[in-house]
Amino acid sequence: MKRKLDLANARSLLVSGGTLTGGSDEKARSADILIENGRIAAIESTGKIPANGRVVLKANGLIVAPGFIDLHVHLREPGQSYKETIATGTGAAAAGGFTTVCPMPNTTPINDSAEITRWMQAPERDAVVKVRPVAAATVGSNGERLTDFNSLVDAGAVAVSDDGRPILGDRIMREALEAARRANIPVIQHAEDTRLSQGCTMHSGPTSFRLGLRGMSAEAEAAVVARDIALAATTKAHLHVAHLSTAAALEQVRAARKRGIHVTCEVTPHHLLLTDEEVGDYDTNCKMNPPLRSELDRQAMWDGLHDGTIDCIATDHAPHAAHEKDQEFDRAPFGITGLETALPIALMVAAGDLASAVRWLSSNPAKVMAWSEDGIIRVGANADLVIFDADEEWVFTAEDSKSKSKNSPFIGKRLCGRVRHTIVDGRVVYSL
Amino acid sequence: MSPGASPRNSSHSFRRSIRSASLRKGDFSRSTRSLLDIESLSDNDIHSLLKQAARFTKVKPKQAPLKGRHIALLFYESSTRTRCSFELAAKSLGASTTLVSATASSIEKGESLVDTGSTLAAMGAECIVMRHPSSGAPHVLARHLPIPIINAGDGMHEHPSQALLDCYTILQHRRSMRGLRLLLVGDIFHSRVARSNALLLTRLGAQVTFCGPPALLPDIAETIAPGVRIVRDFDAALPTADVIMMLRVQKERLSGLQLSVDDYVRDYQLTSERLAIAPANALVMHPGPMVRGMELTSDVADGARSLVLEQVRNGVAVRRAILLRALGGRA
Repeated sequence: MKRKLDLANARSLLVSGGTLTGGSDEKARSADILIENGRIAAIESTGKIPANGRVVLKANGLIVAPGFIDLHVHLREPGQSYKETIATGTGAAAAGGFTTVCPMPNTTPINDSAEITRWMQAPERDAVVKVRPVAAATVGSNGERLTDFNSLVDAGAVAVSDDGRPILGDRIMREALEAARRANIPVIQHAEDTRLSQGCTMHSGPTSFRLGLRGMSAEAEAAVVARDIALAATTKAHLHVAHLSTAAALEQVRAARKRGIHVTCEVTPHHLLLTDEEVGDYDTNCKMNPPLRSELDRQAMWDGLHDGTIDCIATDHAPHAAHEKDQEFDRAPFGITGLETALPIALMVAAGDLASAVRWLSSNPAKVMAWSEDGIIRVGANADLVIFDADEEWVFTAEDSKSKSKNSPFIGKRLCGRVRHTIVDGRVVYSL
Repeated sequence: MSPGASPRNSSHSFRRSIRSASLRKGDFSRSTRSLLDIESLSDNDIHSLLKQAARFTKVKPKQAPLKGRHIALLFYESSTRTRCSFELAAKSLGASTTLVSATASSIEKGESLVDTGSTLAAMGAECIVMRHPSSGAPHVLARHLPIPIINAGDGMHEHPSQALLDCYTILQHRRSMRGLRLLLVGDIFHSRVARSNALLLTRLGAQVTFCGPPALLPDIAETIAPGVRIVRDFDAALPTADVIMMLRVQKERLSGLQLSVDDYVRDYQLTSERLAIAPANALVMHPGPMVRGMELTSDVADGARSLVLEQVRNGVAVRRAILLRALGGRA
């Protein structure tokens, strides 16, 4: 207990003996990191920095990386604290190695104002990691009238999105992109033509037909991505496509990037790993939006991430209470939790290339958001770090999960790669 | 997984590795005597159910093998023949029944499916026969209750007792399913009867052909079972059909889909003229409810080759067998 307190309150902390990955020189090396007053004060070869009575965090055999950044989470506050609170959600984030999370605005009420944006970041929320809200692009996410982007940015919003309620109107989307360009923030779009996918609960394919469930076609995603790219091209704004899931939409992004259009995108761990077949016997922990897709789509996500078309991994952490998931498949809400299982899945996809996994989780999301202070380990930068064991095998259990909700398809599954410590501004906020 | 090898393509093995602790099938408290779908029936189950139904057809059960047993009928969707059929089957075996329907119960007050099921079980129901508009609803109940759940139709998914009685009816007219050519016509997409029949009859060796317009029969339907094929032209499919099973256009499930009745009748209605193209001994079936003048004409429905009422009659025998299997009584 005393040691935990020491770690949490140390003004000066020495992380010693770890293998540094994701530093400014990109090459993994063994190094000690000295943290003072929340910032990285020195990085030296192992053993060069004297302990001198400092609190020492031994990281021998462990990987030290820039803290992970999740551009897409649902923390459910305000309004749905029975699913998650900012405190519990950021607790899960810390357990997953994330030091910054971007909560989406589909709260109750919708985060479409500076007041709510500030409320979410207030110290009373007891956030364990940094919370940088994504605010609604339109009032009430109704797709009709833009919110005040400048005041939202002043309040701390880092992007705008009507996540879950895609901006379908061409004109309002163009206005959003233009205003976002002026405010120097991206518009994040959940790309789904809901006119095509109404009443659908999973991906359209052999499994949906067999189960008698209405399926969302891949076109419902690709059509919106294509339209958004055209608008991003004319407005010269930054479009960020949320949770990309289909090969067709990926092709759109790939072509747009070649044309120099400012389009970035993310993929979730589950779309990298699972397919629509996983729905099995109506497993509502495999019900999310976008839905698990075909094997070809899944492989395309894998390729897109490896070739850089997909910038980063974002979890779309979407907690729901047990009684909500424990019902008829078509009545259960969309979404699964993801913060605590992102690292092992990233490591699996990286297939042994640690630097790639760290890039997808740390430096690339920082680059997407143009956060030069984040996603990197260098002297003078914020001491946001994750220390993990890349080889530890463990079983993810509902009891150990820090999230208030347990709706994950990975509960009970054996995973490889486990977070040991998470450090935010020099404070150890999580230790296994 | 060998170190360094990319698991990108070897999706199966790598996913199995993450699923190694998979509890999906095992964690079901589901009773092995449930009837959730055709897929989870073994070949043995199918044969013994058909055999038991045949015994019930020959001799009425004298004693009451399910005397003192209690069966709940939980109907979230309207039904005439399936509900009555299960009720008569249960009563003829000596069991008592309770009917709970969505519009006259706490379901209207927002009670969850699981709570409703648990309530019935707590009151002594030893088996729940359920119909529900949501595909997979019986699976939810089976996960939570230790008693057998009988699926009497779930959304667009399956209607296993209907397929069993259809199979039973066909076998009263044909010696074997092997090589039998079944033509299923109409609203395949919304039909749980089509899915259950395609799964059951192909397993027993029948050749299943789906026939209907793309809006009611997507190409993906072919993937339901091996050997299933799609023929859009009804007239082209008829000459090789041994059994023609007509399906109702499910207006309640079209969800905004616009369908021209005139076109449908022109292309897919079974008339006596059309029936004349089929082999002379071809049989006509319909799971009901029929909409005369839509998917078939009255002269066909009431014609000599129509098995519609035989299907209904056999339904009681087949459901007796299903309930007996569920509750483990001896006939």
